[in-house]
Formats: sequence, structure tokens, C-alpha cells
Amino acid sequence: MLRIQDLFCTINNTPVLKGLNLNVKAGEVHAIMGPNGSGKSTLASVIAGDDKYDVTNGNVEFLNKNIIDLAPELRAAMGVFLSFQYPVEIPGVSVSNFIKIAVNEKRKQNGLEPMSSTDLLQEMKKNLELLKMDSSFLSRYLNDGFSGGEKKRNEIFQMSMLKPKLAILDETDSGLDIDALKIVANGVNSLRSSENAFVIITHYQRLLNYIKPDYVHILADGAIVKSAGPELALELEKKGYEGIIK
Amino acid sequence: MHLEHVDVEKVLLYNLIFMLEKDEKKIIKEVTEAEYKYGFVSNFDTDTISPGLNEDIIKTISKKKKEPDWMLKKRLEAFEVLKTLKQPEWANVEYPDIDLQNIIYYSAPKKKVQLNSLDEADPELLKTFTRLGISIEEQKRLAGVAVDVVIDSVSVSTSFKEKLSELGIIFCSMSEAIEKHPELIKKYLGSVVPAKDNYFAALNAAVFSDGSFCFIPKGTHCPMELSTYFRINEAGTGQFERTLIVAEEQSYVSYLEGCTAPQRDENQLHAAVVELVALDSAEIKYSTVQNWYPGDKNGVGGVYNFVTKRGVAHKNAKISWTQVETGSAITWKYPSCILKGDDSVGEFFSIAVTKNHQQADTGTKMIHMGKRTKSTIISKGISAGKSNSSYRGLVKINRNAENSRNFSQCDSLLMGDKCGAHTFPYINVNNKNSIVEHEATTSKIGEDQLFYCNQRGIGEKEAIALIVNGYCKEVLQRLPMEFAVEAKNLLEITLEDSVG
Repeated sequence: MLRIQDLFCTINNTPVLKGLNLNVKAGEVHAIMGPNGSGKSTLASVIAGDDKYDVTNGNVEFLNKNIIDLAPELRAAMGVFLSFQYPVEIPGVSVSNFIKIAVNEKRKQNGLEPMSSTDLLQEMKKNLELLKMDSSFLSRYLNDGFSGGEKKRNEIFQMSMLKPKLAILDETDSGLDIDALKIVANGVNSLRSSENAFVIITHYQRLLNYIKPDYVHILADGAIVKSAGPELALELEKKGYEGIIK
Repeated sequence: MHLEHVDVEKVLLYNLIFMLEKDEKKIIKEVTEAEYKYGFVSNFDTDTISPGLNEDIIKTISKKKKEPDWMLKKRLEAFEVLKTLKQPEWANVEYPDIDLQNIIYYSAPKKKVQLNSLDEADPELLKTFTRLGISIEEQKRLAGVAVDVVIDSVSVSTSFKEKLSELGIIFCSMSEAIEKHPELIKKYLGSVVPAKDNYFAALNAAVFSDGSFCFIPKGTHCPMELSTYFRINEAGTGQFERTLIVAEEQSYVSYLEGCTAPQRDENQLHAAVVELVALDSAEIKYSTVQNWYPGDKNGVGGVYNFVTKRGVAHKNAKISWTQVETGSAITWKYPSCILKGDDSVGEFFSIAVTKNHQQADTGTKMIHMGKRTKSTIISKGISAGKSNSSYRGLVKINRNAENSRNFSQCDSLLMGDKCGAHTFPYINVNNKNSIVEHEATTSKIGEDQLFYCNQRGIGEKEAIALIVNGYCKEVLQRLPMEFAVEAKNLLEITLEDSVG
């Protein structure tokens, strides 16, 4: 589904990713861990198409198509979703309005009719319940005055509405208490299928107790230096990055 | 649930998006490419007098309009006042002195303008309506909006008059009102904005050629939105229309105005006066979408929009101004409320968008005279390109206006780094038990906000519309539904280029 080959990128001429490789197949969950400043969030942004970053070498293929030059909204229409580490606030735009536009723009790109407001609302209610969120949430302005935990839940809520093929979760677990973490993990698990894939960026093994990854990668200084099964996360917990990245 | 409102808001915001683009380069590119779409000139047969301003010209105007002597006298008095006044220079706008002798003060479509149905109208005139996107038939069907269209100086069409007259509501051109309702005009015209108020008000009082008059009798709730379109067509003409709305005790009216002008290299002057009188417990809602020609990307041409708008609210009455200002080379406009009666309420909701070399100095004045009077000011400025936008507002609470309240919020949104936003609040409180609050913010559309929207599949234009929409929400939701339909029609042509 996602194939990244020898990816180099810079921001303001400073190299961040330095020859990164990653393969993600449909149905898989990959966890990416690594010390601060290793390039985890950059990787997420580059896959999503943030033009702050300049890709200087390598390929990002999604569904067998090179998406390096594709606008972020077109990547989204193909099924790429990024759960932001720091979701932005858009005052005056309600959550329901935002999701309605997002869902229908995606449908339009894929040649589908817009979803009716009634169907949309039903779908929203269903997903809100799954994430144990109150329906008053829909009329609040997007992330405006949300607590850290609410912002993260809102990301997962949007994911549940957009049903992406590839979801990248950038530190969705930070700022969540243990109850919220379980709810979010439950939301992610309920979306898992053989058709889609997840890339989970996290600092903590904690989240991986609830969302079982198929692979764990360690990212250091702009490249993946070690890949293994879920046991790598446990090992990391014990030894720390220094113990693993020699 | 808010879902149902989405499309209406989107429609209104489309007129904003063509000038708001992701980054500076694109802003300038898009903005310069997006051409003004109402710039066509219609070839009616017109009755136009020679340019210049003197007593004879004023007499000619009055004579052409077959006015009674008392009206001519009022005009000449105003002209005397004008001679003693100077053009105001305090606003944060720059332009060369306007030579009043170069302006044509009267121009009217020649064809007899009193119409009973659209079939009688000049086909060229109907074509103009179509190009403006205002199909009157369609409006009748859609919204039941009564429309008065003022082209150049003369009111050419009103509809729904009969239906309104059954309720005792008068809605007609100013000329007709002078002829048929002289007692009302004598009593109220100039009672809120006297000729001596300011230079442009005096000019207007001397030379105004038409406008709209609206009278709502005691206890009557006007069942439909009343609406006027203004259009300057003839070259070298100024438009000096005069609007007067009188709402008697316990009555209600909502009034809408829209404006466009052809694209010309010269600057055209628009100096209108709007007066509102809300008697005890009456409510007047006045909404404007101002889309005069703003000039080209180099700042050549465009309308000078120097307008005096003011309302008096008597006991327990309410006056609410809502404006969306997107056009004009220069806007100089301060819709104001004199809160004369106890417990009266004044509101001002404004969105002002400037781009290219446009200048806007706009705001409001809230004069609290009665006890327990309340006013709210919400101003949203959006600046792009090399434009300058200023909010200028006065909140004055007189000594006797005990326990009065004002809340002001002035926000500015900047697009790119060559534009400016300025806020000039004047606050004058003369008693100890009133409360005045003022909040102001300045922000930029963030790259982060745009990328967030993009990542959710929302493209740039949509995303900007969405963000600006959110920013303007408090004002947009004040506009009547019918206005959304009209605004869509008016703005549709603008859209064609920017979206396609």
C-alpha cells in the first residue's frame, strides 16, 4: 500500500530525513518509535504532502502511484489520513460543518454524489458513540477551546468518518489519560481491516498494549535503523534508545 | 444542528475567496486576475445634464423631477451649507481632492420609468438585471422580496408595492414620496442627518436625485424583506441617493441594499445618505452588500463611496446595521445609532474586505443618550494585497445615559505582508455606572490551518472560504436568508473566473 524508498528531505535547507525506507501492506499496523528530533513527525507530514518540506531524493508510492508531486487534498482523496500531533483551531467552523465538507470533497474527488445530511448525521452519531463523545461536540467550533484530549479524540472521530486506507497517527496518545487512551485505541481497532493500514508514531509502548502492531520500527537521525515485531517496543521500554541504537 | 446553514454561508463567502489565496504570490496573482464582473456598461437612452454644480443645476434637477417649491428650497439651503464646509481629511484614506464641478449630477434612463409590470421595461434595462444576476421574476418566486432598483440616479422599478400598501406600508422611490407623501418627507427628511452634518451630507441634500422611502405604520410587522439595488451606469456621473426609513411604534422592518457600478478608469463619486427613524419599540434591520467597482489592480478607477448612514432609536427601539463591504476604491462610512430613548438598542455588524489598492475607513458611532441603552459592535476586517483597512468607531455615553452598556469587538485578518489593518476606537463615557468593553485581535490565515484542511481533502479555495467563513460567522449569520440568495446572484459572475 505504502512504499517509501530512499527518502531524503529538508526543511529550510536542513536535512531531516536521510534515506528512509518503509513498506506497509494492507491490513498491517506499523509502529514508529524514536527519540525526539529523529524525524518521526516529518515523515508523517511528508507522506501527507506538507509543502514546508522539500523532498530532495527518493519516492513515496501509495497504491502503486508516486504521490510526491500530488497535492495534499488529492492524497487525502486517495485515502491518506493524518491524525495531527497538534490539531489546529478553526474558530467559527463547527465540527459537523467541517466533517461534512471533508467527507463530500473526498466523495466528489472519487466521483461520488455528496452524502445527504441525514445519512451524515447518523454516521456521525454512530462514531461519536463509539468514541464515547457527546453529540454536543458537533456544534462546537473545530478544536476551538478543546482540551488536549478532546483534540485527539476529534482527530480519531474524523478518521472514523473519512475511513482512510492509510491512517498515520502522529503521537495521538500523548496528552491522553488512560481512559481516553483505551477509548481511542478501541476506535482505531474497530476500524482495522484487511483493506486498510495504520502507521502509529509514538513515544510510549503503552499505546501498543491496546493497538497491537505487526511491526515496530526505530527511527533515528532520519532513517529507520531497526525493524522487528512488537517485542522491539518492549525491549525499547527496558533499554531505552541508547541501548538499542549503538 | 448546524448542517443546514452550511451552504448559505458558503455562497456568501465565495465573494471573498477570489481575493484570498494561500500565499502572498498567489494572493497577488489571483487577485489581479480576478476581474470585476459588473463592469459592463448598459446602453440605455439617458437624459443627462452637463457637469458642474451651481444653483441653476440644482434648480434643473428639481425641475426635471417636478418637485414642489419646498423641496427646491431645502436643496438650495443645503447648497448654501455646502459652500461653508470643507472635504473631510481626518480619515485614514488618501485621494486627490474631488472637483465637484466635474461631476454630472443628473442622469436617468429616458424611457418612462413608472412600471406596472416587467413587460413594460426597457429591454436594455432588463438585460442589465440579467447580467447583474437579478431576475426580478425569480426573486418574486424565491423570496417574495420587494425590490426597488435605482440606476444612476432614478428609481426604475418597484415591485410588490400593492401587496405592501394593503398593510399601509409605503415603499417607493424618494421622488414619488415627495410627490405623494409630502407631510412625511417634510417631517423626517434631514431629521437624522441634517445637511450641515458633513460635507458629503450637504452635497447629497443639495443634489440627490432619487432614492427609496419606506414607511411602516404603527404595530405593523413588514412581512417581507424590502430591498434596493443601486447602480451607477453613466460615465462621469455621481450617484447621490437618499434613503429614508420610518418605522412607527411597535413596527418591524428588514431592509437590504446592494450596489454595483461599471468598470471605468475615472473615479466615480457615490455620496449617499441613509436615515432611519425607529419610534418607540420599533425595530429596523438594515443590511448592505456593497460591491461598487473597486478600481483595477493598479488602483486606477473605482468608486469613492462616501456615505452617511444614521438611525435614531426612540424608547425601547432597536436599530441593527449589518454590512458586507467588498467593493469601492475608497469606503468612508460609519453607520451610526443615536440611542435617544431609554432602553433602546443599537447594533453594528460589519465585514470589510479590501484588496489591491482599496482603502476602507469604516466603523460606527453609538451615541447613548437614554437610560439603560445598549450597543454591540462586531467588526471583521480582511485585508489582502496592498490594501488598507481601518476600523473607526465612537462609543459615547452621555451623562444621563445611566446604566448603559457597550460591547465592541474589532478583529482584523491579514492576507500577506503588504496590507494593513488599523483600529481607531474612540470611547467617551460621562457617567460612572455604565460599562464599556472593547476587544481587538489581529490574525493571519495560517499555513497550518490551510494544511490541516488540505489534509482532510479540502482544497485551497474551499479551505480559505471555510476559514474566512468561520472568522466572519458572527456577522454572516445576521444576514437574512433572502440576502444570501441575492448575494449569490450578484456574486455569481465574480465566481466564474476564480473557480473555473
